[in-house]
Amino acid sequence: MDLLVAVLAPLAVAPLMPLVRRFAGRHVGDVAAAIPLAIAVYFARYVGTLGDGQSVAFRRAWVPEIGLSLSLRLDGLSLLFVLLISGIGALVCVYAGGYLAGNRRLGSFFGSLLAFMTAMLGIVLAENLLTLYVFWEFTTLTSFLLISFEHERQAARAAAMQALLTTAAGGLCLLAGVILLGLIGGSFEITELIERGDAVRAHRLYPAAVILILLGAFTKSAQFPFHYWLPNAMAAPTPVSAYLHSATMVKAGVYLLARLSPLLGGTDLWTVTVTGVGAVTMVVGTVLAFTSYDMKGILAYLTINVLGTLTMLIGLGTELAAEAAMIYLLAHALYKGALFLVTGAVDHAAHSRDLRELSGLRHRMPLTALIAALAALSMAGVVPFFGFLAKESYLHAVVEAPRMWPLLTFAAVVASVLVVAGAGLVAVAPFFGTLSEKADRAHEAGFRLWFVPALLAVAGLAAGLLPQTLAAPLVEPAVAAIVGEPVPLELKLWHGVTLPLVLSVIALAAGVALYVSHERVRSVFDGTRVLGGWGPAAWYDKGVTLLDVVAHWQTGFLQSGFLRTYVTVILAMTAGLAGLMITHFGLTFVERETIGVRWHEGIAAGLIVAAAFVAVRSTSRMRAVVALTIVGFGVSWIFVLFGGPDLAMTQIVVETLTTLLFVFAFYRLPKFSILSDRATRFRDAVLASSVGIVMTLLILLATGVDQYEPTSEYYVRSSVTEAHGRNIVNVILVDFRALDTLGEITVLSAAAVGVFVMVRLVAPKGGRS
Amino acid sequence: MPLILPILIPFLTAALALLGWRSLRLQRWLGVVGAFALLAAGIGLLISVQNEGIRTAQIGNWPAPYGITLVADHFAALLVLLVGIVGSAIAVYSLADIDEPQQSFAYYPLLHVLLMGVTAAFLAGDIFNLYVWFEVLLIASFVLLALGGERPQIEGAIKYVTLNLISSFLFLTAVGILYGAVGTLNMADVARKLQTLDNPDIVTTLAVMFLVAFGIKAAIFPLYFWLPASYHTPPAAVSAVFAALLTKVGIYSLIRMFTLVFDHAEAPPTFPLILVLAGLTMLTGVLGAIVQDDFRRVLSFNAICGVGYMMLGLGMHTPLALTGSIFYMTHSAVVTAVLFLIAGNAHLVRGTFRLDRLGGLAREAPWLAVAFAIAGLSLAGIPPLSGFVAKLILVRAGLEAGEHLAVAIAIAAGLLTLYSIARVWDAAFWKEPPAHEVPIERIGGEHEPGPLLPREKFLLGAPVATLVVLVVIIGLAAGPIFSLADAAANELMNPAGYIEAVLGGAS
Repeated sequence: MDLLVAVLAPLAVAPLMPLVRRFAGRHVGDVAAAIPLAIAVYFARYVGTLGDGQSVAFRRAWVPEIGLSLSLRLDGLSLLFVLLISGIGALVCVYAGGYLAGNRRLGSFFGSLLAFMTAMLGIVLAENLLTLYVFWEFTTLTSFLLISFEHERQAARAAAMQALLTTAAGGLCLLAGVILLGLIGGSFEITELIERGDAVRAHRLYPAAVILILLGAFTKSAQFPFHYWLPNAMAAPTPVSAYLHSATMVKAGVYLLARLSPLLGGTDLWTVTVTGVGAVTMVVGTVLAFTSYDMKGILAYLTINVLGTLTMLIGLGTELAAEAAMIYLLAHALYKGALFLVTGAVDHAAHSRDLRELSGLRHRMPLTALIAALAALSMAGVVPFFGFLAKESYLHAVVEAPRMWPLLTFAAVVASVLVVAGAGLVAVAPFFGTLSEKADRAHEAGFRLWFVPALLAVAGLAAGLLPQTLAAPLVEPAVAAIVGEPVPLELKLWHGVTLPLVLSVIALAAGVALYVSHERVRSVFDGTRVLGGWGPAAWYDKGVTLLDVVAHWQTGFLQSGFLRTYVTVILAMTAGLAGLMITHFGLTFVERETIGVRWHEGIAAGLIVAAAFVAVRSTSRMRAVVALTIVGFGVSWIFVLFGGPDLAMTQIVVETLTTLLFVFAFYRLPKFSILSDRATRFRDAVLASSVGIVMTLLILLATGVDQYEPTSEYYVRSSVTEAHGRNIVNVILVDFRALDTLGEITVLSAAAVGVFVMVRLVAPKGGRS
Repeated sequence: MPLILPILIPFLTAALALLGWRSLRLQRWLGVVGAFALLAAGIGLLISVQNEGIRTAQIGNWPAPYGITLVADHFAALLVLLVGIVGSAIAVYSLADIDEPQQSFAYYPLLHVLLMGVTAAFLAGDIFNLYVWFEVLLIASFVLLALGGERPQIEGAIKYVTLNLISSFLFLTAVGILYGAVGTLNMADVARKLQTLDNPDIVTTLAVMFLVAFGIKAAIFPLYFWLPASYHTPPAAVSAVFAALLTKVGIYSLIRMFTLVFDHAEAPPTFPLILVLAGLTMLTGVLGAIVQDDFRRVLSFNAICGVGYMMLGLGMHTPLALTGSIFYMTHSAVVTAVLFLIAGNAHLVRGTFRLDRLGGLAREAPWLAVAFAIAGLSLAGIPPLSGFVAKLILVRAGLEAGEHLAVAIAIAAGLLTLYSIARVWDAAFWKEPPAHEVPIERIGGEHEPGPLLPREKFLLGAPVATLVVLVVIIGLAAGPIFSLADAAANELMNPAGYIEAVLGGAS
């Protein structure tokens, strides 16, 4: 129950935020921060208690018949994420209160942000896979709202739509994968599934489930080739970018992979795909960083790099890799969060994030420059920052990878070099050098804008200095949850001269060298921008365009607007389907005794057929109507011949009336002319004949059945005795089937009212009918 | 509770309102009170079915199969309740939405004739009687559609009535041929006789005629032309009640006939056919939705897509799949109605339905934006709303049945639905409205767009709010509704119970 309250608390408060804004004014962010802070404090007490795979659980049935239940569970892995989400969430709230101060929609902004927190907490605490999916989609939606916060800007709306479509498509794949998994394993509860892991992995549908789930995780965590949405999502206000698109939401995919790796991992399919995609993303992210001049853009690409690294590590599946992933995750959240927020402060002060317009900012924003430097040093993996530990542990995991290690190591080192240079781009380039025009007009950031990133940056330093005290209690239970057994963890800066250390130093040195000549490097990498024309971002654009074209074409084709086409299709469908069925089953007419066709019956039938032809071929309306009347009278004659004088009388009356109505209506009609060409008329003739033939066949087939006594026999028997009436038709109408008559009376009344109303209400307005 | 009540209440309401022709006040009161009475009757009916099982009434005390039988099982009772819910919401909304001349000219009587036709169709246990109710709702809907008399309305109404008359013609012909074969019109009796038929192929052949006839009503591919041609023309209240209920009658009839009557032969080829048509309906419907530039046309095409989902459950023909269809019908009736009402509200605020001319509604009508977001997301199947549970059941049923392609289409259609809703959100709610003056689109019979009185705002807002809350409840409290749908599906999958309830143990 506590878990549920914790998850839903931010959402429950969210709708009140506009109101809070009215009363709290400038402090609305601080008030909003109280909720995640309370959650962080609440969960902090579990630190150190979940080391041995212990957990806290909550469960409530929703639609138990289909496995849908709301079940939550807190273990070491969840705890690490919960603390990141709530802790950084609180900081971001405070920061955003300053960053967006004075914005008209600040209330709804915090509403969306808090709603997002609920979604994120739900994902990492979900025990039921469907529960997880519920919150997963909720992050997609809140992210959509937050990216397009400045929705007057077309670019923001387009970016939001792109992120929505990409991640929602992945989300739906995830849903399908999850349901498959649930059907394979007989449960949607993650712990139960893990117990049945061997059976799940051996199942024939396992590959399908894995691929679908991976598609969900990869789109969310911006893995190649779905990474394109993340840089565009930077259209969001910077606190949102820092929080959703760096520290938390994009890591949901990584979380999912970590959560499910005990269940799905260990197979070739899983290891090769996850490691491979992660490694490619890792390198692609760093390379693309050099195609951007926007500080946020660079940070976004570097985030893609980290997401790739984390994915790769989880794919490896070793204990070392799990350790490295969790350490790196924590380190990244601290330094990247700080760097994003610093960028926000710069943007706020200098009204630009463009590296071509910014240099020498340290003269105007010394404090911000210092914070940027602290965070960047951690990012570059310099001793004694926590980032150093992270880099060393992941290089260690890569070097000892059970397979492909030379390739992975090479990729990791290349990426590390580029990350170091990238750190220079965002933390050195804008702050050093001569004072640019834009930078000159800047001023030091307000309290909230430097204090919050400072906290994060200092935390990165502190965690590096005291890893065993500060970081290990968080990381250890998380690793235990991934590996499935308690893993003693010893975090320290100095391990002696090892291969990872050597690689780390090489990366650092090469990175610095690269940064120094980054202008030249850029020109090389600019080439990749040309490649962008064929890249995944272009696939997305082309995909959407193609979808639009196809949809336009098919809709115009189907919904042409011509009634005659609609009628044609419907009749063709009728004749086609019924014809198909008749041929499918074959024709089995029952031979029945016949008394032969008498001559006057033949005349009646011939008359009807001939008159029908005349009606169709006639070029005069009057002649056609007369011919139709002859058809009707012919039918009446047949009724008479087969002993139905009452039916015949009704038919004659109706025919006469219809003919009269037709004649009256002629006065209002335009001159008769034939508008269709020969081919169309031929087609229509074929269609009409087909419908007629199919109907005839159906009737012949049906009358062949002679097993049952029709209900009309009952009417004949009981009309007098039971209903006390001699005219059977009347008795049927007003007694046996009186309800039908009531319905028909209603139809006639409604029609009469309709005619009256149309005449009275419409005609005065100009008689458009 | 007498089974005839849900038919009698709207009938009497319509009749009394016609008698009170000269008093607008009386008509308005009758219109609203009658709708709520129908709602109460719907609740009563569902409760009595839950307590007593399938209920039947032999009209005029003529024993089945000779007289006309009304039958209420869980499926029918649930749908009657939905008619009550939607009808009440629309009756209230109409008070402010329909202009006064129109209201005094038989709007409420016609609305109730329509409701009568719909509930009666759900309760009909006799196939010719079902035909009669089809005619009742067709004539009432035709007049409602054409009222106002603007040129687009007449054009839409002509297409609507022509195509639906073809449906009626096919239906009637099929009924005639069926009677010729088995000599009975009582559906339970037809079902029983078909089980002992020497040559059941004839019936399967006949089944496709019913498929086409009801398929037109249900708006399945490729028979749905009438729907996008007409739903965007009448006043919002009318289009909402149409979109929520009319296709449901077709779907109901298909499900009823294909579970009760045409489910006798081994592996009847009609179910795979329905499955294919369901897939194409979802796909073509949603593709239509993503390219429309009129708010209500987006919704119309999405309504078609929804029909595909409901047919999907019938096509898969498993208990869970049918449960999914029935759950989807429940969800769809509510969500479709409210979306059309929201579109109507947008029109009253801005004077247009065109997406390129709308804009800025998130700022000007924030509550409308919230309502649209919830209803739209539910339509797209986003958790935890009603549409999510509906689609989840269907997707699960599909994967259980191994219908992977159908599931893939259902999922892709879900994504595209989300896209279509996001497009509307983008255009109507988030982007800035065009700087130039926008020409007002007049809808015949509807309140002129422009400033609204507080009373009108309430009358327009309350139904929207209520239905949106229902959308949320159907999602969050899905358990009990699932149980209902499940009970309904089980009755459908085991028609023996239905047959016995109607005909008794006699055979």
